[in-house]
Amino acid sequence: MKRIPILLSVIVLMFGILAGCSSSTSERSNEADSNSETIDLTWYYPVNVGGTITEVIDKYAKDFNHGGIKVNGKNVTVTPVYSGNYDETMTKVQTAIKNGKSPDLSVQLSVDLFQIKNSIIPLDDFIKNDYEAQEMVGDFFPGFMKNAQTDGKTWSIPFQRSTVILYYNKDMFKEAGLDPETPPTTWEEVIEYGKKLTKKGQWGIELPATISGYWIYQALYLQNSDSNMMSDDGKEVYLNTDEAKEALQYWVDLNNKHKIMPEGVLDWSTVPTDFIEGKTAMMLTTTGNLTNVKNNANFDFGVAFLPGNKRVATPTGGGNFYIFKDTSEERQQAAFEFIKWITEPTRAAEWSMNTGYIATRQSSYETEALKEYVGAFPQAKVAMEQIEFANKEISVYEQGKIQKIIHDALQAAINGADVNETLDKAQAEAEATLKAYQ
Amino acid sequence: MRRSNVVRENLTAWIFLLPSLIFLVMFTLYPILSTFISSFYKSDLSTIEPIFIGFDNYAIMMKDEVFRKAFINNIWFTIGTVPTSVLLGLLLAILVNRTFVGKVMSRVFFFYPVVIPMVAVSFIWLFFYTPDYGMINSILKLIGFEELNLLGNSGTALLSIIIMVIWKEAGFFMIFYLAALQNIPKDLIEAARIDGASKWRQFRSVIFPLLMPTTLFSIIIATTNAFKTVDQLVVMTQGGPNNASNLLLYYIYENTFRFMDYGRAATVTVIVLMIMVSIAAIQFFAADKKIHYS
Repeated sequence: MKRIPILLSVIVLMFGILAGCSSSTSERSNEADSNSETIDLTWYYPVNVGGTITEVIDKYAKDFNHGGIKVNGKNVTVTPVYSGNYDETMTKVQTAIKNGKSPDLSVQLSVDLFQIKNSIIPLDDFIKNDYEAQEMVGDFFPGFMKNAQTDGKTWSIPFQRSTVILYYNKDMFKEAGLDPETPPTTWEEVIEYGKKLTKKGQWGIELPATISGYWIYQALYLQNSDSNMMSDDGKEVYLNTDEAKEALQYWVDLNNKHKIMPEGVLDWSTVPTDFIEGKTAMMLTTTGNLTNVKNNANFDFGVAFLPGNKRVATPTGGGNFYIFKDTSEERQQAAFEFIKWITEPTRAAEWSMNTGYIATRQSSYETEALKEYVGAFPQAKVAMEQIEFANKEISVYEQGKIQKIIHDALQAAINGADVNETLDKAQAEAEATLKAYQ
Repeated sequence: MRRSNVVRENLTAWIFLLPSLIFLVMFTLYPILSTFISSFYKSDLSTIEPIFIGFDNYAIMMKDEVFRKAFINNIWFTIGTVPTSVLLGLLLAILVNRTFVGKVMSRVFFFYPVVIPMVAVSFIWLFFYTPDYGMINSILKLIGFEELNLLGNSGTALLSIIIMVIWKEAGFFMIFYLAALQNIPKDLIEAARIDGASKWRQFRSVIFPLLMPTTLFSIIIATTNAFKTVDQLVVMTQGGPNNASNLLLYYIYENTFRFMDYGRAATVTVIVLMIMVSIAAIQFFAADKKIHYS
């Protein structure tokens, strides 16, 4: 009989541990509410570029927590939670909401709007009665606000934003007898320059077609068309217009016809390496690669506006702040105060210098620190100036499925499928996918 | 008295089994059951509350082009990786089972791909396969081939991934075969030799049959791996170009985490589960009878 009590206590212990696992998380969220003096916000943030981003974020949190910002007489503090890359952040936020543990705020892709619209709140009420907030919204580059707004409401606040730009190798330009200070500005010039720049072991240009390849394609689409590839309400896409087909044909021809781009689908992460290794004279990719190229290229490089066709254009990219629905009004107000604090011009400038993203506020470029930085590294300014020509990045309901449809079409065409048929098929698939929202 | 002893013995057994039973129920049985149930619901971004739709998800899957492509790719992937990596493992094991200079070194050499995480391996091979300066292309160019964008072409993407996986897994099976080879009693081989059996005959009639349990084990592991490791796709091709290298698990991953189409993801999970269970059943019940366990 002696053994049973021991075994029983083992079982009790087991259950104790299991119970402990589940209760410790629920206690945490109550903690903040029971202590009436402070509001502790949970902020999910992704890291999508290299460098010591987490340290910068932790420093921000520390500064903010000592900043003495109050809502309803209570101190506001923030706990940043690193949540992986953008995809993982989306997963974590969704899981948290499903389990009733919604974060207070998060940084997610500006184009995630329609996917999470049911879980977030519009910010107009906060902006309406707050002079500072109105000033803030007015100070963001208008191009960056485009993806934040739909049905007449503002749903998010820009934080770390980017565009597509052209990178080119000045040394190779000189070698080919081209002026290193006048990069190509039109599609024809790209082909003309590209032919001069292509030789054995060196390509004229590279466009990546994986990961964010749809985004590069959207840039070509916008340059070739007066309208965007989707409707503003996120319920329709226009993938098989004549302009769309011309844009895709142009991409395909860079290899097939003009032989200035390597054959096959080029990987998102190997294209910048190709450029740094001197295997391609030009590339189109995100401004987010600026710091990477600056640190690793052992040649003189330039960046420039994307070459245009019917017009000069680029989509925007990057992440915005969202505030979630399933918390109290007080916490939402506190979250908004934090967003105001962290997007102040000096901090936006600092964030830009630390990460390579474009500073989101126009007045950031008047701060001493950023002026000095841009003076020494003028390439950083090109990205900022190009925002004037920036359009909405594709953002629709069923964002993931639509992106995949575009990628599949793009890759199929690069691998030799007929451009017309491929885009007609993509349009049909996209329409079927979006049917539920009509 | 006797009755209570039996009860007590049973109770003790249950108590000892309880911890693993709890984990089995929590992390295996319950998720399987709930996946099974989810597969009968429409549950995606457009449906806020899941709707019961019976077998509709299965019907949709049968018509889905990407699913069919991933399914066929997975069959080729299995055919491409399982026999080759197991056979290569056996050959390597025989090779390093002899005494020669550098024996330990070559064992380490063959085994080290196993210890590197798949994600790291994929990143290295992504650059191996890069056109121009990638290692594979440099070699191909040396022997007179045209430059190839191996991962960027529908025709070569899956094959490139298969080759990488064979390289990664062969060393793993080598270790099992090596252990099995060293467990074969020397006197059996000696007896065969005295009977006049050639080297090949010794292998075919003595060594190979004694290795069968290891072979069965390796084939099961390799087959399950063919369905459950997709880290390489996340890093290298994302299933592209145009689904040329898409596999079932990656398809599930995309549906769950990128498209948030939980109903469809659950459906494919159930299908994969069925495939796995039937493969395991065939291997255990059919092949088991022919295997000699010493």
